[in-house]
Amino acid sequence: MTSAYPKSVVILGALSGVARYIADEFARRGFSLILAERDMAELELIAADMRVRHSIACYCLEFDALRYDDHAQFVRQCAETLGETPGGVVLCFGFMADQTQAQRDFSTARRTLEVNFIGAVSILEHFAAAFEERGNGFIAGLSSVAGDRGRKANYIYGAAKGGLSIYLQGLRNRLYASGVQVTTVKPGFMDTPMTYGMELPKPLVAAPDIAGRAIVRAILKGKNVIYVLFFWRYIMWIIKSIPEWQFKKMSI
Amino acid sequence: MPLNAANVYFSGWGRYGCILCEAYRPEHHFELSALLTSPPKSFIPRGLGRSYGDAAMNKDGAVLDLSRMNRMRSFEAETGVLECEGGVSLAEILDVFVPRGFFLPVTPGTKFVTVAGAIANDVHGKNHHCDGTFTQFVDAIGLWTPARGIITCSRHENSDIFWATAGGVGLTGVLLWARLRLLPVESAYMRVDYQRCSHLDEALAAMEASDKNYRYSVAWVDCLARGGSLGRSILMRGNHAPVNYLPEKARRSPFRLPRRTKLAVPVDFPGFVLNPYSIKAFNTLFYAKNRNAQDVIVDYDQYFYPLDGILQWNRLYGKKGFVQYQATFPPDGRTGLVRMLERLASSGRASFLAVLKCFGESNPGLLSHPMPGYTLTLDIPNTPGLIEFAASLDRLLLEYGGRLYLAKDALTQPETFSEMYPQLGAFREIKAQLDPDRILTSSLSRRLCLDG
Repeated sequence: MTSAYPKSVVILGALSGVARYIADEFARRGFSLILAERDMAELELIAADMRVRHSIACYCLEFDALRYDDHAQFVRQCAETLGETPGGVVLCFGFMADQTQAQRDFSTARRTLEVNFIGAVSILEHFAAAFEERGNGFIAGLSSVAGDRGRKANYIYGAAKGGLSIYLQGLRNRLYASGVQVTTVKPGFMDTPMTYGMELPKPLVAAPDIAGRAIVRAILKGKNVIYVLFFWRYIMWIIKSIPEWQFKKMSI
Repeated sequence: MPLNAANVYFSGWGRYGCILCEAYRPEHHFELSALLTSPPKSFIPRGLGRSYGDAAMNKDGAVLDLSRMNRMRSFEAETGVLECEGGVSLAEILDVFVPRGFFLPVTPGTKFVTVAGAIANDVHGKNHHCDGTFTQFVDAIGLWTPARGIITCSRHENSDIFWATAGGVGLTGVLLWARLRLLPVESAYMRVDYQRCSHLDEALAAMEASDKNYRYSVAWVDCLARGGSLGRSILMRGNHAPVNYLPEKARRSPFRLPRRTKLAVPVDFPGFVLNPYSIKAFNTLFYAKNRNAQDVIVDYDQYFYPLDGILQWNRLYGKKGFVQYQATFPPDGRTGLVRMLERLASSGRASFLAVLKCFGESNPGLLSHPMPGYTLTLDIPNTPGLIEFAASLDRLLLEYGGRLYLAKDALTQPETFSEMYPQLGAFREIKAQLDPDRILTSSLSRRLCLDG
């Protein structure tokens, strides 16, 4: 990594599946935390837990991915809360609806695209500007393997996450010169509410604490793109290399 | 957002019987509240699934997995009082508080249980003879009950509900939070004395004579030894090690444990791996290997949780699983203990691990297991004739006024159970007040008619 950034991190979407475990891993390493979400009462429960377990400073700020106009103010609020621009930001929020519902109901499709892609672009641009100006920091975004190739099972969600992946790729390219690291995280299956009860092959599913640790480790090492369980890289490589004339006939 | 129901296969830790249940696993308070506002017709809370039998299973009903409701709420370093949600595991408490100089006041043989599970089964540990059970260190609990909503219970407030919940296997309500007193310690290490006893009498005599010198006491029993060496055992008794007893290296960071890689049993062992011969070989070796030794310094993981080092060790018994049988005899039931050991040794239903301990006083918990006397714990693999064999052990136990432990039991009958727990009637009354529509039910509660 380049120069030392402040030991603090903003977790956007702190109530989502793996976010709590990412926050926990940062806290274990002595980072101060800002947890951001809409539901403040629920956030406060997690914040208390972080304080008891790790004796660190942990703050809660209200954040809505879709209130684009408030995003600049949110970034300023983070700096005011901590007394300085935070060291980094991890984007954990996301929205996955049932694919068939997203096909039939445009408002669902639109929400999928807005939360996962537009909301992410809006807030990360503000952080990117702040970090670029300071000359260090890190940005990590939870994208998805669903964004690696469009499949009939979840292509609307996949398109939004694919957009996010491309966005992060470009951002990484832009911020390289100013010493800001951008990490794209493609989790694969994790044992979160999203997958609870689904019949998935056990070895493909990462326990959330293990996933959280792997993600934080990768961020702090300055990795570019990580799959939480390493073999997903190979699984997705295979899926991506199937020729389109064949792929379109398949159900995977 | 309402919580989606999932279909999940559940079994007890003994993996004796496995059923598909409707399951919910809330991670947030709003999800749990929404669920409890319009609860399923029948459900039972579940933690980390370490009960051996069917206590946290619910055939034809729902299972509420609360292992993700595990936030710590507050901690007072001066008093060692921790307030946390019910899903916090004992392993998490150790990870967080041993480095700050606190240990669990009572711990069972695995740290992969939740606080709520520890209360619901009123678990005991190797220190029962001096400290009692887990619930005796719980100052207050927050309990959701179908009839009265969320109530606070303690020894002083709603004390009848508090003592019905201690050992009440989740049937009185959903345990939302608990306030417990941790034990201050000087190090993460134990100072242990190992003593070989060539016969049961010798082991029991040694326990009687000197258990009072040790906070923790337990004996491993070779339950295949017969005749003159019936009940030959190795006593493992110890105390928390003060810093000045530690070796030089450990003294510098007395709360840090050496890192250990975890072994795991990746697949079910074929049933034949654990057979009477291999178990006999293991037991003989184990007895031979452990010599008398004084003041051995071991870390708390080695002393309290030897099996936790092997993840999913329950797979050793193969697909068919096993039952764990824990029998407690009153002080005058010693002959019963001898007869039970004889019956085991001659049956060929070998137990890989058998553990013997002297209990201290019991507490007011209506279904709390421990009572003064001797408790013997064994694993019995699921082989043909198991049910009849267990029933014959039950009869023997009843004859001597002993009792079984709900956290372990998978096989006993309602009549047997009600004879063992004379306070079952009082429990049923409280249960009926708190849950008149019998929403909180489990496979176990139906098998043993715990709600009348």
